[in-house]
Amino acid sequence: MSQTEQLSYIAGQAADARLNLELETDGMVINLGPQHPATHGTLRLVARLEGEEVVEAEPIMGYMHRGYEKLAEVRTYLQVTALINRIDWLGSFANEVPFILGAEQLMEIEVPDRARWIRTLLFELSRIANISLFLGEMGLQLGAVTPAFFAFRDREFVLNQIEQVTGGRFHPNFDRIGGLKDDLPAGWIAETKSVMKRMRTFCDEIEDLLVGNEVFETRMRGIGVIPAEVGLSYGLSGANIRASGVDWDLRRDEPVGLVYDQLDWKVWTHPDGDSFARYWVRVQEVREATKMVEQILDGLPSGPIMAKVPRIIKVPKGEAYIQTENPLGAMGYYIISKGDLTPFRLKIRSASFNNISITPWLLKGTLVPDIITILGSLYFILGDIDR
Amino acid sequence: MSIFAIELAFWQQTIIKMVVVAAVIPAAALVLGYVFLLKMMSFMQSRLGPMEAGPHGTLQLLADGLKFLQKEDIFPDKADRRLFALAPVVVLVSTFLLFVALPVSPEGIVARLDTGIFYALAVSSLSVVGIMIAGWSSANKYALMGSLRAAGQLIAYELPLVLAVVGVVIQAGTLDLQGIVLAQANGEIFGWGAIGNPFILTQFVGFAIFLTAVQAELTQPPFDMPVAESEIVGGYQVEYTGFRFLFFFMAEFGTAFVFAGLASVLFLGGWYFPGFDT
Amino acid sequence: MTALEDAKSQLSKALGEDLLGAEPMPTFGAVTVENLMIRVRREAWVKIGETLRDVLNCKWFDFLSAIDWMESPFGRQLDTEQDEEESFTAPPPIEWGILGGETRLQILARVRTVGKSADTQLGVILKADLPDEEPAIDSWASVYPGSDWNEREVWEMFGIRFDGHPGLRHIYLPSEFEGYPLRKDFPLLARKVKPWPGVVDVEQMPGLDNEEEENVTN
Repeated sequence: MSQTEQLSYIAGQAADARLNLELETDGMVINLGPQHPATHGTLRLVARLEGEEVVEAEPIMGYMHRGYEKLAEVRTYLQVTALINRIDWLGSFANEVPFILGAEQLMEIEVPDRARWIRTLLFELSRIANISLFLGEMGLQLGAVTPAFFAFRDREFVLNQIEQVTGGRFHPNFDRIGGLKDDLPAGWIAETKSVMKRMRTFCDEIEDLLVGNEVFETRMRGIGVIPAEVGLSYGLSGANIRASGVDWDLRRDEPVGLVYDQLDWKVWTHPDGDSFARYWVRVQEVREATKMVEQILDGLPSGPIMAKVPRIIKVPKGEAYIQTENPLGAMGYYIISKGDLTPFRLKIRSASFNNISITPWLLKGTLVPDIITILGSLYFILGDIDR
Repeated sequence: MSIFAIELAFWQQTIIKMVVVAAVIPAAALVLGYVFLLKMMSFMQSRLGPMEAGPHGTLQLLADGLKFLQKEDIFPDKADRRLFALAPVVVLVSTFLLFVALPVSPEGIVARLDTGIFYALAVSSLSVVGIMIAGWSSANKYALMGSLRAAGQLIAYELPLVLAVVGVVIQAGTLDLQGIVLAQANGEIFGWGAIGNPFILTQFVGFAIFLTAVQAELTQPPFDMPVAESEIVGGYQVEYTGFRFLFFFMAEFGTAFVFAGLASVLFLGGWYFPGFDT
Repeated sequence: MTALEDAKSQLSKALGEDLLGAEPMPTFGAVTVENLMIRVRREAWVKIGETLRDVLNCKWFDFLSAIDWMESPFGRQLDTEQDEEESFTAPPPIEWGILGGETRLQILARVRTVGKSADTQLGVILKADLPDEEPAIDSWASVYPGSDWNEREVWEMFGIRFDGHPGLRHIYLPSEFEGYPLRKDFPLLARKVKPWPGVVDVEQMPGLDNEEEENVTN
């Protein structure tokens, strides 16, 4: 090759390289949220896309961080319950229970039987209120509007029952150290039984509408599969991990101060670990909860609802960790007390924070519509992530 | 045009036709929107839907339309302003053009074209152009994704739509929509000609395909990926407000109305009513 | 109880000197799952994580956090008159909780076994002392991937560095935030701006309506 040829060859190569550089396409970075209909709250998801395929996704939160762990350090135990009601705002009563149980552990208070039964009762009612909304919302996220309306309609009955007892639809603030604030109102039991029947009908309706619907199943089955080992190492809990075939429920395996060991019920699992499994397990959980509520209503013991506790609550020095199976998954409070009016340190272990921490792993290689399915089926509540 | 047995000059006819078409599309959008979008959906979802504006909320969409007209006309900062303004017009014009070939009575047709069905299918795909313009000029990633999805879907379902129509055309032996209606009206079912021969009897597979494809063309559920509200938040419409959004809305339901008319012309015998002479 | 003793002996065998202390968490009443509480040396943090995961079968990651054992220099901030005198004095000496401690900051984590059978239920709560100057510990991200976000939270809230973490970024706070909010010497500004009116919300117990029945204990 002569020198001119060589030079022209090099120039040609350089031109090609420049052209390639110009034609090279970058992935598109798309921002889902903080205001987006599918993130119910202010979760922001930054996803890098290649076409419609997700290369990398990173949830960004903190838009609702309220610093409860710091705030709890300057509040008395009764005031803290008002705060922690706002963690998982759809099943608020369930947030209070592990905290109160932890404080009772440290104070060594024996809670009367009736209070324990009613606690379990309200715990399950808030589970129904919480998860039944999920059952409808999931349809909405896939484009089916009708189930959401059914869910809102029927959840209202459960909220009414909670309101009749506690005075609050969303934030009951009803649990007290040593028992409960009040007893059940008159005529409530019969009414609740009929509501439970209604909720079972709701489950049937939802199953008729969605489970078995071809569009729904195609978009749910095989989407977002979480193997059990991975799920455990990420700290997934609740229905998310039971849908991966792990037969583990804190209500059965760790019934701290509640009466689940005296009820007849079943832990539902599903072997698939995909979005559909998570949905299906939750449907069964609502059904199981309605049965539990009925059993509790039948077996409610009589007696006082409050143990004798000092008027000014000073929790003795010590540490306690109590965890319960909340609607969203395992929720725990690590209470460190130094014998003062306020907790010295309160670590809040909320379920959604760990549940959602799997998303960067899970979303890799999925398509944009599946982001919504996966986020929806993991079921998080922003207050539970951001605390 | 001699429906009123009055002979009119060509320019008079043209004006009347224009007024009719311009009135029919919004009216059709209103009727379909009210019946299906508001009321039927509400009843399925165990609620009443709009009840305040007019008896049973019949005037709700009029009220909504007025509301849309009052809204601020927002252009996104980085949008291509001229294209952004043009896009809804393109989409709406494709709907208007569709009406031209639709026969509603023996004489009630804006323009009788020899290749009516061919023309109708051709202008119906014009809306894709408008949608692409809308998605691109909005300078919004959601809008872009939505418009690309829309383009993919609309072009993909064009093919089954056309193939479903081809059966009818072969049976009728003409591309003229008026001719297709007449072929059905004058047809006989094994020698029995009392109700003519609606092509749905022989083309029922084509009819099913046609309905499905139309559903996809209109991006209605379950083919609503281009506007999927829960993920890409309305797709190409995401940046539109006020009367520009109203244009999209009218185009969507106006097109639904025309396609219903086309389905009726192609498969159900069109305007022909048994017992009346053609 | 036997499972707990068993776990304890297995841990001390596997960890040796790295295990500074182990005892069951004190419980009261009907608690079916007992937590084993261990205090470990921070140098062996990853090794301990692997031991827990592989030997004790604690596959489920619960949480990872930290404790600042220093008394708050701002008092309880509950009762204004009392706290005004106390504030900004030298904090009292540090008192540690269960299993003691040596430094101000301690890592707190918990892992758990999962499963159906009652005798495999075991939770392990870990504590590890961190040096006061430049608190740092190895990251658990390779052992329990779920600790990734928890470590980010601890990093921004307590200023504890995690060596080997894939990306220590802010998780809750804006990226220009300064200070470590959950440390005790970070003031709660809300209480500085508007002091708490005092403890006024002690609720009347059901069945007690007389003032003289105050402080009933039994």
